[in-house]
Amino acid sequence: MPTIGQSIPRKEGRAKVTGRARYVDDMALPGMLYGATVRSTVARGEIRGIEYGPSIPWDEFTIVSAADIPGRNCVTLILDDQPFLADGRINHPEEPILLLAHSDRFLLEEARRQIIVHVEPRPAVFSMDDALERRHVIWGNDNIFKSYVVSRGDVDAAMADGVRVIEGEYETGAQEQLYIEPNGMLAVANPVDGVTVWGSMQCPYYIQKALLSLFEMPAEKIRIVQMETGGGFGGKEEYPSIIAGHAALLAWKSGRPVKVIYDRAEDMAATTKRHPSRTRHRTAVDGQGRLVAMDIEFVIDGGAYCTLSPVVLSRGTIHAAGPYFCPNVRIRSHAVATSAPPHGAFRGFGAPQSIFALERHMDVVAAAIGLTPEEFRRRNFITPGQASAVGQVINEPVGMARLLDRALELSEYHDKTRRFAVSNRRSTTKQGIGFASFMHGAGFTGSGEEHLASVVAVDVVPDGHVRVMTSSTEIGQGTNTIFAQIAGDALQLPSDAIEVVQPDTALVPNSGPTVASRTCMVVGRLVESAALGVRRTLVDAGLLGDSYTSSDFQNACREYVARTGPLRATARYQPPPGLKWDDERYQGDAYGTYAWAVYVAEVTVDPVTFEVRVDDFVAVQEIGKVINPVLASGQIEGGVAQAIGWALHEHVVWREGRMVNSQMTNYIMPTSVDLPRIRVYFEEQAYPYGPAGAKGIGELPMDGAAPAIFNAVAQATGVSPTKVPLTPEVLMELMERARG
Amino acid sequence: MHVGELVSPKPRSGEGGPIRVGCTINGVASTLEGHPMARLLDVLRHDLRLTGTKEGCGEGECGACAILIDGQLVNSCLVPLLHAAGTSITTIEGVADGERLHAVQEAFIAYGGAQCGICTPGMVLAAINLLARNPDPAEADIRTALAGNLCRCTGYMRIFEAVVRACHPSASQT
Repeated sequence: MPTIGQSIPRKEGRAKVTGRARYVDDMALPGMLYGATVRSTVARGEIRGIEYGPSIPWDEFTIVSAADIPGRNCVTLILDDQPFLADGRINHPEEPILLLAHSDRFLLEEARRQIIVHVEPRPAVFSMDDALERRHVIWGNDNIFKSYVVSRGDVDAAMADGVRVIEGEYETGAQEQLYIEPNGMLAVANPVDGVTVWGSMQCPYYIQKALLSLFEMPAEKIRIVQMETGGGFGGKEEYPSIIAGHAALLAWKSGRPVKVIYDRAEDMAATTKRHPSRTRHRTAVDGQGRLVAMDIEFVIDGGAYCTLSPVVLSRGTIHAAGPYFCPNVRIRSHAVATSAPPHGAFRGFGAPQSIFALERHMDVVAAAIGLTPEEFRRRNFITPGQASAVGQVINEPVGMARLLDRALELSEYHDKTRRFAVSNRRSTTKQGIGFASFMHGAGFTGSGEEHLASVVAVDVVPDGHVRVMTSSTEIGQGTNTIFAQIAGDALQLPSDAIEVVQPDTALVPNSGPTVASRTCMVVGRLVESAALGVRRTLVDAGLLGDSYTSSDFQNACREYVARTGPLRATARYQPPPGLKWDDERYQGDAYGTYAWAVYVAEVTVDPVTFEVRVDDFVAVQEIGKVINPVLASGQIEGGVAQAIGWALHEHVVWREGRMVNSQMTNYIMPTSVDLPRIRVYFEEQAYPYGPAGAKGIGELPMDGAAPAIFNAVAQATGVSPTKVPLTPEVLMELMERARG
Repeated sequence: MHVGELVSPKPRSGEGGPIRVGCTINGVASTLEGHPMARLLDVLRHDLRLTGTKEGCGEGECGACAILIDGQLVNSCLVPLLHAAGTSITTIEGVADGERLHAVQEAFIAYGGAQCGICTPGMVLAAINLLARNPDPAEADIRTALAGNLCRCTGYMRIFEAVVRACHPSASQT
């Protein structure tokens, strides 16, 4: 019986509920040392000296500085501008300077605190405006990591034409991924055997690539093994390369295994967070409420090194004009350098920022021209055959209007809008309901998947047992389970007959990173192809008929292996036919497909405490075939929860480039009493190039909640909130100003 | 069970030597030894290798290190070894009866209550603790009882579902 579409229980569920699942901090090796990182306390400057405190037995410590690096001191990613260890120059607070290792982790922490790094300060930059104005140039010639210009039609001419132009400016703050398992790595390293690292990660091959140049060793000498990983959300995409490098450098120098586990404060302050952003909209609308021109400026704060900022900027840019048709669009975007720790990957990857701005702005424009938010959007939804801002002609049967109908009905939007208008006049507390309509592209942008050229293998071991070999990591989202379902269905076997191998670069091919909502749609499709390859091989060998039992399959495998040798089928990514992307002009088919959604939030605002409470949340989305409903709903619910946190609670407080509230005590994420019922509904429109018709969903739920909530707050209070997060302090100021 | 090899915090000068503490861990009478202020979390994870108890924040906010001490749900990162004397401790390793899982564990698997799994041991213990006090909790009771256990993956919805299902295992499956 096919398992796709069934809620097969999580494959590693038993290990997780019994505490047997092994995370990196649960590992210990004989003779193991613990590692710690000495970091900069200042934003920018030149290192003048390092002072070792008097009460520590320093000769017992392994101490690593930039001078100990055997290969290149740069984290290989996009521009290779970030060192593993600062070499004379500091570019951001929390920048790693020295590494320490000792067998006593309590003494280690004391020693870390006893090191004083003397730094001669240099001018630093702490805001996007200062970066753009080049008050000080801290990166390259102009503080700009990357810029894009997307241009369709003629925005200036369209705006000069006497049409109504509505402007708006929107901002979003940083957000910490806050996976509950902090980052950590355990390494062994020596010149003979090379380097092996076990750890918490999303992308084993990214780490391998970074360590290849750090140690200048061939790939077969660098082995990366993913342990059970306690959440990632993008936060374990690129930064783990640095931690793996650090653990390996300490292991290399000490000759002992070294484990580096970040404590929560270090993890929050030093590792990547969501890019802060600012978006300016100028929107021209005709007398019929149709979009005539959109002029969008989108700026993100990349922090001190380039890391993934160009790619985050790209996704944010492409999503900035949303699921609407507009003949004249200009999007100018910049990722700028500031003296903060680099911002990085976080679920949604730039899209939540630009979609927040657009979807809040859509309500502002609707109000300005006297249309309801619903009617204004209905008049402008993109429909099949029309081209998006980047010129992608939509050729899938998109039904934004239908999704909107369903979401508004399920949330009782119309009824509540009417009721709240009445009840808010009498009531002290104010209620509101708002929504956002949006889409999210699945997989790497443009030609990204072609460059990745992901490979998946499906192996048959002699007893007829099937092993799925990918580097795609299980980080809670359900990779193990859906791959077993996909391979099982392709092979007509139960999903528990499929083993999904723990990612280990010594064993699995490179199926690319576990990012960009690509695991199910792109890698899952390759799993399906490779599994079908195994079946075809057995059928072609005359060992298997069209229908068979599990034991027929096992017999066929045994027979094949005995006759021919090991059986392995591989599949390599092939782009769907007809996809075209022009990287120079930033025009073309940005993504193979999109998930489409409408999210509705209902809120109560307390005008005494200025707290916003989300009372109900409806999430309607079209994501292709749903492989596993419980896992898919869990993805949406968790993403919405994270987005509600971003919208209302999660406020990173900066002081001269440092996060000063790097504790769970004062950086507030939603608890079980802070969230509404999150009601999830799927529409399934099979995507021909996904496994069984599935698309990607991981990032989508991060996009819609913040604007839906802000629109609901605007309806409830009459003020127009424009900055994420909407903390009580911010709302108080807005409402008091409105009261006069 | 006597614990021979200890790696919990070494006493600093002037703070007195290690102490020995008798307690019951997952039904087994045990003697723990260490600095009186050693975190019980470290003693469990490092000395006893009971690594199912997780560290998420080290400041009593996240609940990943939750255990039951004399039937009370506590964050073991905030409990000094001294306070374990004479108590009965249950960690996640002591919840299942051999290979037979507790109803809460079964429900977490069946209804999607665990995603990345790092909060799961503490969350399962918090749910068991609730059901011991209130065998048929309303959703508001479940929310309150789990409010000290942070989960970043699920948005809690499926955890609530799992707890309800654990109370009514015979109810038809969705």
